Amino acid sequence: MAVKQIPDMVLSGLEPLVVNETTGFVNVGERSNVTGSRKFARLIQEENYEEAVDIARVQVEDGAQIIDVNMDDAMLDGEAAMVRYLNLLASEPDVARVPFMIDSSKWEIIEAGLKCVQGKSIVNSISLKEGEEKFIEQARKVKMYGAAVIVMAFDEKGQADTYDRRIEICKRSYDVLVDKVGFAPQDIVFDPNIFPVATGIPEHDNYCVDFFAATKWIKDNLPGAKVSGGVSNMSFSFRGNDIVREAMHSVFLYHAIKDGMDMGIVNAGMLTIYDDIPKDLLERVEDVVLNRREDAAERLVEFAETLKGQSAEEKENDKLKWREGNLQERITHALVKGVTEFIEADAEEARQSLDKPIQVIEGPLMVGMNVVGDLFGAGKMFLPQVVKSARVMKKAVAYLLPFIEEEKRKSGNTTQNNGVIIMATVKGDVHDIGKNIVGVVLSCNNYEVIDLGVMVPPEDILDAAEKHNADIIGLSGLITPSLDEMVTIAQMMEQRGMKQPLLIGGATTSKVHTAVKIEPQFKGVTVHVLDASKSVPVASALMSDTENSFIEDLRDEYQEVREKNARKRGQKAFSNLALTRENGAILDWSEYQPVKPTLMGNQTIRDYPLDKIRERFDWTPFFITWELHGKFPKILEDEVVGVEAQKLYKDAQAMLDKIIEGNLLQCHATFGLYPANGIDGDQTELYADDARGEVMATLNHLRQQTSRPAERPYRSLADFIAPKRSNVNDYMGGFVVTCQGADELAKSYEDQLDDYNAIMVKALADRFAEAFAELLHEEVRKKYWGYAPQENFDNSELISEKYQGIRPAPGYPACPEHSEKVTLFKLLDAEQEIGCELTDSFAMYPASSVSGWYFAHPEARYFALGKIDKDQVEDYAQRKGWDMPTTERWLRPTLGYDE
Amino acid sequence: MGSSVVDALNDTLSKRIMVLDGAMGTSIQQYTLDEMDFRKGHFEDHNSPLKGNNDLLSITRPDIIEEIHDSYFAIGADFASTNAFSGTTIAQADYQLEDAVYEINYQSAQCARRSADRWTAKTPDQPRYVVGCLGPTNRTASISPDVNDPSKRLVTFDELVTAYRFAADALMDGGADIIMIETVFDTLNAKAALFAVIQMKEARNLDTPVMVSGTITDASGRTLSGQTAEAFWVSLMHGDLFSIGLNCALGADEMLPHVKLLDKSATCMISAHPNAGLPNEFGEYDQTPEEMAEQVRPFLSGGHTNIIGGCCGTTPAHIAALKKIADEYAPRQNPIAVQEA
Repeated sequence: MAVKQIPDMVLSGLEPLVVNETTGFVNVGERSNVTGSRKFARLIQEENYEEAVDIARVQVEDGAQIIDVNMDDAMLDGEAAMVRYLNLLASEPDVARVPFMIDSSKWEIIEAGLKCVQGKSIVNSISLKEGEEKFIEQARKVKMYGAAVIVMAFDEKGQADTYDRRIEICKRSYDVLVDKVGFAPQDIVFDPNIFPVATGIPEHDNYCVDFFAATKWIKDNLPGAKVSGGVSNMSFSFRGNDIVREAMHSVFLYHAIKDGMDMGIVNAGMLTIYDDIPKDLLERVEDVVLNRREDAAERLVEFAETLKGQSAEEKENDKLKWREGNLQERITHALVKGVTEFIEADAEEARQSLDKPIQVIEGPLMVGMNVVGDLFGAGKMFLPQVVKSARVMKKAVAYLLPFIEEEKRKSGNTTQNNGVIIMATVKGDVHDIGKNIVGVVLSCNNYEVIDLGVMVPPEDILDAAEKHNADIIGLSGLITPSLDEMVTIAQMMEQRGMKQPLLIGGATTSKVHTAVKIEPQFKGVTVHVLDASKSVPVASALMSDTENSFIEDLRDEYQEVREKNARKRGQKAFSNLALTRENGAILDWSEYQPVKPTLMGNQTIRDYPLDKIRERFDWTPFFITWELHGKFPKILEDEVVGVEAQKLYKDAQAMLDKIIEGNLLQCHATFGLYPANGIDGDQTELYADDARGEVMATLNHLRQQTSRPAERPYRSLADFIAPKRSNVNDYMGGFVVTCQGADELAKSYEDQLDDYNAIMVKALADRFAEAFAELLHEEVRKKYWGYAPQENFDNSELISEKYQGIRPAPGYPACPEHSEKVTLFKLLDAEQEIGCELTDSFAMYPASSVSGWYFAHPEARYFALGKIDKDQVEDYAQRKGWDMPTTERWLRPTLGYDE
Repeated sequence: MGSSVVDALNDTLSKRIMVLDGAMGTSIQQYTLDEMDFRKGHFEDHNSPLKGNNDLLSITRPDIIEEIHDSYFAIGADFASTNAFSGTTIAQADYQLEDAVYEINYQSAQCARRSADRWTAKTPDQPRYVVGCLGPTNRTASISPDVNDPSKRLVTFDELVTAYRFAADALMDGGADIIMIETVFDTLNAKAALFAVIQMKEARNLDTPVMVSGTITDASGRTLSGQTAEAFWVSLMHGDLFSIGLNCALGADEMLPHVKLLDKSATCMISAHPNAGLPNEFGEYDQTPEEMAEQVRPFLSGGHTNIIGGCCGTTPAHIAALKKIADEYAPRQNPIAVQEA
């Protein structure tokens, strides 16, 4: 009798997907993953599910045959996010036609996902890591839900990194699945772990060979089983050298697929055709991948250098070719590429060939800028490039200006522009990077931008608008109190009977807030502008003479947003304050012995070495400042923004060298560690000494109040400090770090019309402050407080907050009320000690500063407060000694009821 | 009965095409029933109208239900489907009759059981089977009821599992031989039903054959939740199904191409029970038994189907016509046997 043939693996969305030899290698889309895509993570965090769904759609359009979905983020309710996202994808036939890969390290999230998909999906992943019993239990469930499964080569002893361990674990997993669980063998997919090669460590040299051999072994010995893996991991040592990496991936897949690899998470844009790889490169790459000679890695590294060199040299030769084009071509090229070198000469040439100097701007320069605008609109240029274009434009305009003035004087004419826009960062807020970018983009599009700067009182903004006869007013803000400041400005515009459209922008602003809180205050037009690229279309729609439905559509849209919001609010139920306090996170204080700080009281550190701080930079937010989204260092190789990110990174490194060499910025810190205990009513007392008699300060915390299931606590920071009645002597700390000198340095660039470098300086100053806060926290944990003296993490582990303890600042999601910063600043005398002060709205000045409280308990964690109800607001008012209107004003973003 | 049901069915199906019964609703309409028929002896005090809740007749008028089963067995049908299309706590919530759900399923299975046993005794060479039906409920787990909020759901997977498990247990207690998850609009509902049935089989240590029958709702060739017939099969193939097929919504003509797709991809038996054509403007079915039989013929002559029957608008006369042509053709070959060859 013939052996029973094992059927093909078939998955399904709305349509089936067969995985067999004729299908070929299956691409799995990796972008709907909060751990892999910073952009996706942000969208989910902001609950911008609409755009998050678009990310899945684009992947399917680009050829992904399966969509991986991962919601593993400590700050997220992963189950809820997984359910909501999969439910939304189910409503998008363009996406739902492909199968989903439900990806999580948490079984609960996987199971929640499995309950939402009608098709046959793949679970990613389960393993023997926690033993056979758990593995069997989870595999049984996967089978009942009707999914295929990825099994990691991981067991109780750890992750497999040799051929023997790989096949040992895969064989054991397979036998358990097939014999004990009755799992269909064709639905088992192994991930035998792809690790980097050519790392310089001899033990790693055979990783690829082991993977191929394990793949082949699996395919030969485990009937029906499939093999998958994340490919780009193997070329990790060649970050930044795409030519080599692409060749390595192609070679890897060429051999892996030959040995039977079925599917994988690959960046399809980073694959060259195996046959197209130059012979000399191919030989060296295959030496490495197949581990054919001892010096393979060395030879490839050497060769990779020449590749880099070669292409750089070629570029050098090509660099000036564009100068051979005609005048318009040269101007356009200079603008698109951001080359300032020749622009004055070209502007002069243009001026001489035209009747009036203004025609140079209206003609060749605008033609060039329109190209920039089109490319930007089509997503083919990115913001840092546009800012560079703006720099070229500004330089040309500055050169032409005297001629234009001269011309004006002769004729008595005034310059024409598209409109006058008043821009300001509102009172109490000092953040202006985003606003400056918007200003540049608008002025490049021939708007006259009058920038009033930061911390501008409402009266000044409105007076300036009236004085300059502004056509549009733009407000920017980054911290939450700015939102209310914007509401106030809208009210004042209404009182003054102003008619100018009001544009709202900045990191904490949103369409919902604008629609619900700002727009109803003002009869004129109020528009939320999502980012710099939207500012020009919005402004031109508002200024258009031709009839259009922009305003009408906008008003309809905001009305809809308001109604939707009201419905959502109506559903949000609260538990009463007393009940939430009884059901906080209960820590077992009888088992916990707090560590007494080595160094009690206040300390100040001035002029911390900048090069030490630089080593600790978290670069990912830096790129976000420039609206480039992706995780560092992966972003440098991103298919779309990678090249631009590399340039930006290089410029940043050069600027850092300059700053450190010239000591152009200064980093200072002040911090303190104190005896502390909790008292009733969500308060913490800080004491002068361990006698705990003299109270130096009382901190007021808020508590989560939206109703939740019984097993989920109502969290408050108050829970992380031992209550007085526990008789446990607990401790707590506070800190402020600041980076001084950025404004002055940025100004010196602004004076040279170099906005690019001005923005760069501010973005780097932010990085210094953040990295310094992280560095100080580590020193506190290991040394000054000393509760984790043995701690040993690398930078990326530190960035992902693997350590014990947290450092939330007033204004964080866990404690969104900013006025508590006053307590911290007084305690540390931060203004006197390190020159960092608080504005009227409790923003820190200089803007590149970080502050916070230190909590050391191992269970201490970040969370989001969410909305709170009136009883807690009344309680808080009493604690703070405020009246209700004041309290509601400072708590406005968290109010769960209408005032 | 254990695994003998599977073996016996496989044995019969290797020799001939088997026949499911026809519509229950159409047959009930032949009787003139009033509100009291739906209440008698059990629901007199219930505070809302019950006429039209046909499942209750298994409790209040078992005589009628058994008579209908008898009428299908009499013309040679092999299976009687239980009169419990809406027999879940979710569907009966519309009548506030969640408490009656166990009785509905139990008594429906009992009616079919008694009838089947009578006919098996009469024709021992043709044993008759009771198919316990799990309907779609009136809620969908993967479609939002609110156009403004596509992530909203009126029912969860877990709620469906609980409801289906309860109904499945009652059907088995009442004597069902087979479970059929039928008229599937939304595959996620069917997955929940299948989950519940697998749990039930494990808990009771049974090898009950499971049939699944989906509904292609319109000319798009998709289920209501958007799947093709093939994707529908793939999504449910993990359940060790005895058969997969299609029923309702379409006449035989419109259903044929989709059954052919299932025939090509599925590794289990194939069933089909189409409507008697498409309804006219008054919602009535005009197709005669002869017309329907001619449309069903290619299902059988092409070897696409193992089990044939009828859905809305079909009567014993229709099923008799189908039984007649079913006996003219060799059965579809068992795909597992084909693979092993």
